[in-house]
Order: sequence, then C-alpha cells, then structure tokens
Amino acid sequence: MSVKDYLRERYFPHMWCPGCGHGTVLNSLLRAVEALGLNKNDIVMTSGIGCSARISGYVDFHSLHTIHGRALAFATGVKFSKPELKLLVPMGDGDALAIGGNHFIHAARRNIDMTAIVMNNRIYGMTGGQFSPLSGLDKKATTAPYLTIDNNFDVVELARAAGASFVARTTTYHALEAVDLLKRAIDHKGFSVVEILSQCPTHFGRKNKEGDATNMLELYKANTAKLGSKALKENPSLIARGIFVDETRPEYCEAYEEIIQRATGGKR
Amino acid sequence: MARLKLKEHAINREWCKGCGICIHFCPKQVLELDSMEKVVAATPEDCICCKLCELRCPDLAIEVLTDQDEKND
Ligand SMILES: Cc1ncc(C[n+]2csc(CCOP(=O)(O)OP(=O)(O)O)c2C)c(N)n1
Ligand code: SF4
Ligand code: SF4
Ligand code: SF4
Repeated sequence: MSVKDYLRERYFPHMWCPGCGHGTVLNSLLRAVEALGLNKNDIVMTSGIGCSARISGYVDFHSLHTIHGRALAFATGVKFSKPELKLLVPMGDGDALAIGGNHFIHAARRNIDMTAIVMNNRIYGMTGGQFSPLSGLDKKATTAPYLTIDNNFDVVELARAAGASFVARTTTYHALEAVDLLKRAIDHKGFSVVEILSQCPTHFGRKNKEGDATNMLELYKANTAKLGSKALKENPSLIARGIFVDETRPEYCEAYEEIIQRATGGKR
Repeated sequence: MARLKLKEHAINREWCKGCGICIHFCPKQVLELDSMEKVVAATPEDCICCKLCELRCPDLAIEVLTDQDEKND
C-alpha cells in the first residue's frame, strides 16, 4: 500500500489553509498507519468539530464526523461494541480539552484502547481565532484583544494524571518523530495520547506575530527539545518532546470481557 | 543503507498551495516557487532524497520518487 491508498483523493485539495499544520498531522498519521501495515477496514476514525476534525473526511477508513467535543465518546461506543477495531481519534485543542475535556479525562481514566491525537494549535481555528485552554498566558486572540489571562493545561501532565497509559508529544516540524510516536501509540494497548503542536498561521500565527507557517515551524524547532537531551537539561524552559508515559495496565474492553465471562459462567 | 537515487519529484500542482515549507527546509535548496506559486524542482541534481519535503508537506502535494521505490512496486 502507498500513503495515497489511505486517502479519499476525491476530496482534495483539502480545506485547510496554506501551511496549516493539520495537513502535516494527516501526512504523518497516514505514514504511521502504512508502516504498521494496517488494513483500512480495521480502522475507525471518529472526530468532533473544528478545522482539525475535518481530517476524518480525508482518510479512507471507517469514519464518523460527529459533534464538538464528543469524538472520544463516539469512539468509546464503537470500541466497546467492536473491540477488534483500531480507533484513531484526532481532535483540536478546543475539541479535546475545552468542550471535550471531561470525555478526555474519563477515557484516559478507563484506559480504553484507542489513540487520541491532540492537534494543538492553541486556538479555535474554525470559528475565527478565539483563545482555547491551550493558548496560555499573554497571547492574542479575537476574544483576548488585550492578551489572555488564562493559564493553559499541559496536555502531557493532564493525560498522565488522568491515567493514560501512553503519552507523547511532538510537533509538525518533527515529522519523522511524529510518524514514529504515532506508530507506537497506535500499537499500544490502552489509552494513548499524542499531542502534536500544529501551526495555525491564519489565526494564532497572525495574531501573535509568529509569521508564516515556515516561521512557526522554525519556532517549534527552536523552542522544543527531546526528553533526556542536553539541550533540555541546559534550558528547562524548552517544551519537551518524546514519550512521557509507556506502561502496561489493564485495558477497559478486556476487563469488561472478563466481567461478561464471570456473569455468564463462561457460557458466552 | 544503499543511497537512494532520484527518479523525479512528483508534484501535484492541483494540491500544492505554495506554502513554502518544503522550500524553506530543503537542506539542498532544490525547490522553488514558480510564477503560479506552485513548487518546482529547480535543481533536482542536488537532491539527496531525504524526503523531508514529502514528509512535511501539509497538502501531500510532493513525492520524491527514487529508484528504490521502483523496485518496491
Ligand atoms: C456544541 C458546539 N459548541 C460550539 C461550536 C462552535 N465551534 C466549532 S469548532 C470550535 C472550536 C474549534 O477549535 P479546535 O477544536 O481547537 O479546532 P481547530 O479548528 O483549531 O482545529 C467551536 C467552538 C460547535 N460547533 N458545537
Ligand atoms: S484557520 Fe488555522 S487551523 Fe483552520 S485551516 Fe486555517 S490554518 Fe488551519
Ligand atoms: S510544502 Fe507542499 S503545499 Fe507547501 S509549497 Fe511545498 S509542495 Fe506546495
Ligand atoms: S528530498 Fe530532501 S533534498 Fe530532495 S528536494 Fe526534498 S527536501 Fe530537498
């Protein structure tokens, strides 16, 4: 299979702006799926609403484009009824952690086997650049013309504390690393979270004077460092990339299957 | 790993949005925008087939075809 075999080419060129990082997330994800040799009939992608959520329209897997913040709820329903399927759940930062924050922490707590991908552009792209719980302090947004006063979540720390058994972070600049982390996340049994910093040049970039897409990628390169690297040790204010959690813990669907066996005396 | 040899850059002009990401980060300055703001390989002979352009393209519009790909097909 080639990457294009996993695409619905009839919907291209896609709707994302020139230089939008969400396209690179799609690119990396397709390469991960291809490298794992997954059969597209075994994959279900659920998504909510947002520029990010439009990704489910472009992949030739089973796909459910649902409602804002509820991608993980729909994914839970699918996985629970058909545990043999692979669930991929890409979400925007607003989708995952504003309106969908509760679904996010509870899916993590259950350790249900699926891959949550947070396409973090630190803003609501689709609705015109309102700040999100990932924007952080002192940022400009249409809803914060005089700068934000809200602290941001740290996706990695939140996912870890909520119980996700695999947690990683990378950026759209680090595309090879993204493919590798996505592969490992998809392969992981349990709830995996991959945060991918993804540039929105149209809103976040423009309002915060971060320049065009190319320049925003330069910032990902300059402002991040690999876990365990010398650069990170010397400058802890850099954003760490890599795998933060990778543990084997009881998975929700398997635990439920055991309950069924117990309740039916093994007759099912 | 055997060194990859370039066959061609397959550029989908319908999909390319001229964002310039592939151009800026190409280690060998192989790529540029033409008058239509679409990417072209100006100096393909310098390409080292690292495929970074292909990996980062948000529009899946550029593919680096090598002799290796031919054998795999
Ligand atoms: C229930 C509900 N509330 C609000 C909206 C409006 N809305 C659409 S997309 C969106 C946020 C998009 O931001 P994000 O999830 O970060 O994705 P991005 O567009 O940045 O990729 C909002 C608030 C909606 N569609 N449904
Ligand atoms: S508005 Fe931002 S997030 Fe939405 S497509 Fe454009 S660049 Fe991407
Ligand atoms: S990265 Fe892709 S869309 Fe951007 S200029 Fe290069 S080929 Fe075109
Ligand atoms: S494969 Fe590497 S060297 Fe060749 S054009 Fe792409 S980025 Fe440049």
